[in-house]
Amino acid sequence: MAYSDKVVDHFNNPRNMGSFKKDEEGVGTGMVGAPECGDVMKLQIKVQNDMIVDAKFKTFGCGSAIASSSLATEWLKGKTIEEAQKIKNTDIVQELNLPPVKIHCSVLAEDAIKAALADYQKKADGALVDAK
Amino acid sequence: MKLPIFLDNHSTTPMDPRVLETMLPYFVEKFGNAASRNHAFGWAAEEAVEQARKQIAKLIKADPKEIVFTSGATESDNLAIKGVLEMYKEKGDHIITSSTEHRAVLDTVKSLEGKGKAAVTYLSVDKFGMVNPEDVRKAITEKTILISVMLANNEIGTINPVKEIGKIAKEKGILFHCDATQGVGKIPVDVQEMGIDLMSFSAHKIYGPKGVGALYVRKKNPRVRIASQMDGGGHERGMRSGTLPVPLIVGFGKACELCEQEMAKDTTRLIAMRDRLEASIMKALEESYLNGHPTNRLPGNLNISFAYVEGESLLMGMKDIALSSGSACTSATLEPSYVLRALGVGTELAHSSIRFGLGRFNTDDEIDYTIKKVIEIVTKLREMSPLYEMAKEGVDLKSVQWAAH
Repeated sequence: MAYSDKVVDHFNNPRNMGSFKKDEEGVGTGMVGAPECGDVMKLQIKVQNDMIVDAKFKTFGCGSAIASSSLATEWLKGKTIEEAQKIKNTDIVQELNLPPVKIHCSVLAEDAIKAALADYQKKADGALVDAK
Repeated sequence: MKLPIFLDNHSTTPMDPRVLETMLPYFVEKFGNAASRNHAFGWAAEEAVEQARKQIAKLIKADPKEIVFTSGATESDNLAIKGVLEMYKEKGDHIITSSTEHRAVLDTVKSLEGKGKAAVTYLSVDKFGMVNPEDVRKAITEKTILISVMLANNEIGTINPVKEIGKIAKEKGILFHCDATQGVGKIPVDVQEMGIDLMSFSAHKIYGPKGVGALYVRKKNPRVRIASQMDGGGHERGMRSGTLPVPLIVGFGKACELCEQEMAKDTTRLIAMRDRLEASIMKALEESYLNGHPTNRLPGNLNISFAYVEGESLLMGMKDIALSSGSACTSATLEPSYVLRALGVGTELAHSSIRFGLGRFNTDDEIDYTIKKVIEIVTKLREMSPLYEMAKEGVDLKSVQWAAH
């Protein structure tokens, strides 16, 4: 199976690879997948004033999984929480030209985005409760 | 050194130029049909085929008359198993095989099982991938008509105790078929000593052409009979009809002759290169695990799992080296290697496995390059792996509740 140029590019030059400290203020962490299934994605966002100012990922998985998460971090940066919620796996499929057998990689990336956003929201709500 | 490097010699092998040279006259000049008994074109073709039959038989210590030409090992496996079952169905319908056989054997017996034509016992293997001969003995019933166990495994290279299994088969009067596709030409094979009654193998795994294989069918003690699965002109003593592909057969013969002459030399070279590859990788990369038997395996085989990184991404990172992985992502089924699973290798490590298959034409320079690349890419991908990060932080990955998808 041949990979699209974009997948190869993200794989060779991953964007925003790395980690934030999970307990850092404004950081939301999403971890999805399972080692037995052959892919695990960790996606993190850093939020200031409802805006995602930075994003990072680490992925265990095939080239398409790595590319999907790398692309997701690129797209997340500069988006508001609301805009980020709208990223769909089909957008990733289209951008990376993923073949049918790799669609699950894009689904995983969308799940990771959702999980990171939910984690941020949970932490933010918690902080709000604490402040009260 | 030329890129890409071919290190996937279990899948196929480049043809030896000496083999091609032997084949060439049989396309245009000596194009006759080996079954044409009444003119010079036919005689020349027949003579070439018989010469090849001798070369092939010699490599496995058989009689030339015991060689039946097929299109390849998959057909040979099908012919052996279906042919025996059909011929001996009055005696019984039980087949014993192992869980790590090639799919040409497994899917054949499963198809027979599904149609209600056979009852099949799948023997498990030990952690090195070896069949225990005593398990074979225990599985035998009054209805057993065939034991089918491979000589060497295509993924992990483990060599089975075929001689011991052959002895048990003989003792019990049960036919023994051996899929020796990966073993013939690489390690010494003696059908007499190993007590093999039927044996499948093919040319393209031993530097010969694709599209031709053979089934060894024992003629004496006992005389094995199989029902043909291809009807037609009654070629190959009625066991496999179809015009013989003379150029391919000539190449197959030459390939066998070269293997016989150069096996000792090839083996010494391959083991030295393989062991160096293994030692260098293992030394540089922690948590790399050898799959298969540490010593009792094919000279050119090396199968390693690199914890925390996924196999397909490893292959993608080494685009200029042709390798294979047990990762699900490289297969259509999304299941990781059933062979590694049968050894008890965890699913996550099965996803992380790479098979190196060294062959006659690999060089030391290529091995040096591969060592460097493997270390580089595994290190890079571990940096990228959340699992590696967690393991480094002291998280026990087995205790994590994963959200499986």
